[in-house]
Parts: sequence; C-alpha cells; structure tokens
Amino acid sequence: MAGVWVYAETVDGAPKPIALELLTKARALGEPTAISLGPGASKAAETLGRYGAKKVYVHEDPGFVEVLASPAVDLLARLIEKEPPGLVLFGMTYEGRDVAARLSARLGTALIANATDVTNKDGGWAVVSPVFGGSMLVTTVSRTKEPTLVLLRPKAVTAEPAAGGEAPQVETLSDPVDTSKPGARVLRREKEKATGPRLEDAAVIVSGGRGLGAPENFKMLDELAAELGAAVGASRAVVDAGWKPYAFQIGQTGKTVKPAVYIAVGISGAMQHTVGMKGAKTIIAINKDRDAPIFKMADLGIVGDVHKIVPQLIQEVRSRKGK
Amino acid sequence: MNVLVCVKQIPDPNAPSKLDPQTKRLVREGVDLVLDPGDEHAVEAGLQLVEKDGGEVTIISMGPPRALEAIRRALAMGAHRGILVTDPELENSDALSTARAIAAAIKGQAFDLIICGTESTDGSSGAMPAQLAELLGLPLLSFAKKLQVSSGKAVIDRQTDEGYDVVEAPLPAVVTVTGGMNEARYPALRGIMQAKNKEVKQLALAEIRLDGQAGKAALTQEVVEVVPAEARKAGEVVEDRGDGAKRVADFLRELKVI
Repeated sequence: MAGVWVYAETVDGAPKPIALELLTKARALGEPTAISLGPGASKAAETLGRYGAKKVYVHEDPGFVEVLASPAVDLLARLIEKEPPGLVLFGMTYEGRDVAARLSARLGTALIANATDVTNKDGGWAVVSPVFGGSMLVTTVSRTKEPTLVLLRPKAVTAEPAAGGEAPQVETLSDPVDTSKPGARVLRREKEKATGPRLEDAAVIVSGGRGLGAPENFKMLDELAAELGAAVGASRAVVDAGWKPYAFQIGQTGKTVKPAVYIAVGISGAMQHTVGMKGAKTIIAINKDRDAPIFKMADLGIVGDVHKIVPQLIQEVRSRKGK
Repeated sequence: MNVLVCVKQIPDPNAPSKLDPQTKRLVREGVDLVLDPGDEHAVEAGLQLVEKDGGEVTIISMGPPRALEAIRRALAMGAHRGILVTDPELENSDALSTARAIAAAIKGQAFDLIICGTESTDGSSGAMPAQLAELLGLPLLSFAKKLQVSSGKAVIDRQTDEGYDVVEAPLPAVVTVTGGMNEARYPALRGIMQAKNKEVKQLALAEIRLDGQAGKAALTQEVVEVVPAEARKAGEVVEDRGDGAKRVADFLRELKVI
C-alpha cells in the first residue's frame, strides 16, 4: 500500500487532537507513518500507534520548537528524498500551514489546502475542499510528482482509535538540527487567560457579529456565555474591526468549530463565517434582518433587536437555572 | 527601511461569488473587484513602519491588467510605487506558481521586509507567503498580531491557540499579518489624486525569466470536480414580539443546555 505520512503535532509529549484526526484519515488511505518532532516526541509515539501509525519517526531536538517551521522542513525534505511517500497530511493549523507550505516550495510538489476529505483515486489522491463558505465542494488532484501535500481542516474527521492498534515501530532520528540559519526564533510563549471552555472544545458557543453595534456590547455575550458554560466566538467582521482578538474568529480564516449548540448573535451568516460553524449540531440565530442568510441554516431564528433579546435571555436563563 | 507588500485583487467578498461549472473558475464578469481587505492591513503595517523609520513601501501584485486598480488603492493609502506581474500565461496560477513569479519579479530589489496578509479572502490557502519565504531563503514570521522592527530585527506577537508567541527574526524577513493588527486607513482624496501619478511597473513572464516554472506550464494541481455541498435545512424563523428570549430559553432547555 502507498505510504501515507502524517505530520503529527505534539505538545509536551502528547499528540494534539489534529494529529489523531489525521491518523484516522490516513489509515483509511494507506499504511500510516507519523512524524513527531520536538521534546517529548517519543512519548507521543504510543498514542500515535493506537490511532493507526505503523511507524513513528521521532526526533527530540529542542530546535524544532525553538525555530519555526524550517528545522521540520529540513528534516521532512531529507526523509522524503530517501523514501518518498504518496501523500503527506498536515493539519490546517498555525504550525501545519507554515511547514507544509515551505515544504511544497522546497520540493516543488502540490499543496492542497483547506481539505475536509481525501480519497484514493486512480492511483493518486482526490482532495475535497469547501469553497464559498462551504456552499460548493471542489475536488482537486495533484499534477506534480509525489508526495501530494494536503492541509486538512481541524475537525473535518472525528478521531477514532484503530481496531487492535498495535505498538508502532519507533525510529528515533538523530540527524543534526541546524538552527544557525537565519530563522524565526521563539523568544517566549504567552498564554492568554481564558475564562470558560476553549472554542475548539466547547459544547455551546455564543458568537457575536457586527449586529452587536459596538465592541462594548460583547460584554452581554460574555455574560450569557458564562451562564451557559459556553465559549465566546466572533465573526471576521468584528475581528477585522478590532472588537475581538483574532483568536476568537470562527470561519474560513479562523477556527472551525462543531459544538452541540451554536448561538449566533448579530451575525449575518456570510459564507466566510458559516464554513467554520455549519458543522454545529443545532444553530440558533438572533438577528434584526429577516433576510440574513444565517436564518437559512438556523434551527431556530429570532428576528429582532439583539440589544433587547440578549439581556432578556440572560434573565430567562438565570431564572430557569435557579429553579 | 524598504518594505514590499504583496497584495491581491479579489471579487468583492461582500458580493455572492459563483464558480463557472464549465471552466471551474471564478466568474469575474459583472463582479466588483477590490483590494483584498486582509491585504489592507498588510499595506497599513508597511506604511506605519516607513512613517516611523523612513523608507518606501512598494506594492507588488500578480494578476490580470485590471489588478492595477488594487495596486492604485494601496498607492492611494500612501504606498510609494507598484509592480504588477501580468501575463496571459499566468492566468489561474496556483499559490506556488504565484510565489515563484513574485520571487522572480523582486529579484534585484533591495528590501528589509516583505509583508503579506495571512491568506487571501477568496482562495484562503494561505500558502503563498511561506512559499515565497522558502524560495527566497528567508525567515517567515507568520500570523503576526503585533510587529516591531528595530536594529536589524523584526519581532512579532504570533497568534497561537492558547495566546501568542513572541518570535524574532533577522531582516530581511517575510511577515504575515492578521486582521487584528491594525485599522487600515481609508485613502484620502489627496492620496487618490497622487496615486494616479505614482509609478507602477508592469512585468510580463518573459521579463521575469520564469519560463516553464510559473503559470499554465507549471500548475501543480487541477480542480477536477465542483459540486454543490449539502445545505443545512432552515428551521423555524419567528419575529420577536417580546417573547423571543423565552423562545430561545425554551429551546435551550429542550436541548438540555439549561
């Protein structure tokens, strides 16, 4: 079977959820090999095996986390030259995007981004990506030599352990890691204090758009979210306007979320946004414009003034929780 | 401090877009074309740097001849000159082809920094800046939400899932900026008038010496199918007559959220 590689991002010796999603897809396509880099990489190997990796390349050098992308690209390019796989899967993440794009330029091979599915087709790979906010699906194939590089969107695949996932063959690499070249060096990492659940993990999301009218009106969404144990998200329009940091952005250029309940407040439902949230199980929309596209996908839509409805809703939720 | 800013002309993102089912390309007829709003933040970041430290901002774009209008918009914001790589052979280029063309077009230009948006609003692959950095052998400072340049180094706050990383690279470097970095200025009438007289150099494929490595001859990928995605069904839409909040709360109870 064709070699399918997975660039398995890890944090402190544990695979990130995207790594397990990629492996779940990879094992449907071929024999998966995972590449796990940075301190703690070998600790992640066992879990990677449980999700289907037959072989795991590990390299523990701290250079992989001290310098962005380039050391990983150097190593991947060397490994690929020795034993070219048919396909390499990356997560459409901050790290995955930088590594995959640099690698494609280094190798001169196809990079297909924003993928939600990959299938075997005529001995190659057919890659499905949503365009126009997910209203259309395009299928793309590579026209260059192997490997095809694919950036898979987070949450496109539900991670599931492999049946009888055996311990993988682990190959520990010791290639020298050159961090002396001019590179992007991480000086420090700052964690921003977050209240409530992470957007990616939240079962309920309360999300705001331009219809809130002013940045200070996000406070009522914070309050509603706190009552519901929900995370707060935002549309690109309000992030571009500087009302909320980029980390809150849901959509094509932001995060993809799949909560059980998504409450869209003052969001018109531009395709840019809906591609990131249309996987929600249930969508509730509150908007003053009856013709807003968000109502075409909402399970419950309320046409009205968000400034009246949201405070009332906070009261309703409080009183019902009190009972 | 000389800054190159890469920009792209795109169909107005506020207008609904269509794919031609035959050619599998974007329908551009009858659609307003604009400077990508994400790129306006890149232009703004460049202008702020040269306003502080002196120097010039050069706008570079690849596209059909009418992409000149997007460059003029950036010039009206205050950028100094433009370069448009335009050639019928480059139509429908993919990201790698575009990166190769831009890299070839700026050969011989002296610059300290190349600034791009994180991704185009229409294509959204976000691959071009990293590919450009790789082709030029430069560091990439990506997803910047803050940018400072001093004593030969650029330092950014790089967006992460948990917060941000402070990342440093020596110049020259490539930086991609997120929408939250700044508020892009609106061109003043004076800027719009001045932009008409600013130099925009137009380069064809032969002039950048890239035969076979960019454009139609070097496509790395091909779209083979376009189908409509399964749409979600609309549920109930009701006017708020004072009971809207109660309706939502009832529904949330039904869903066992409260």
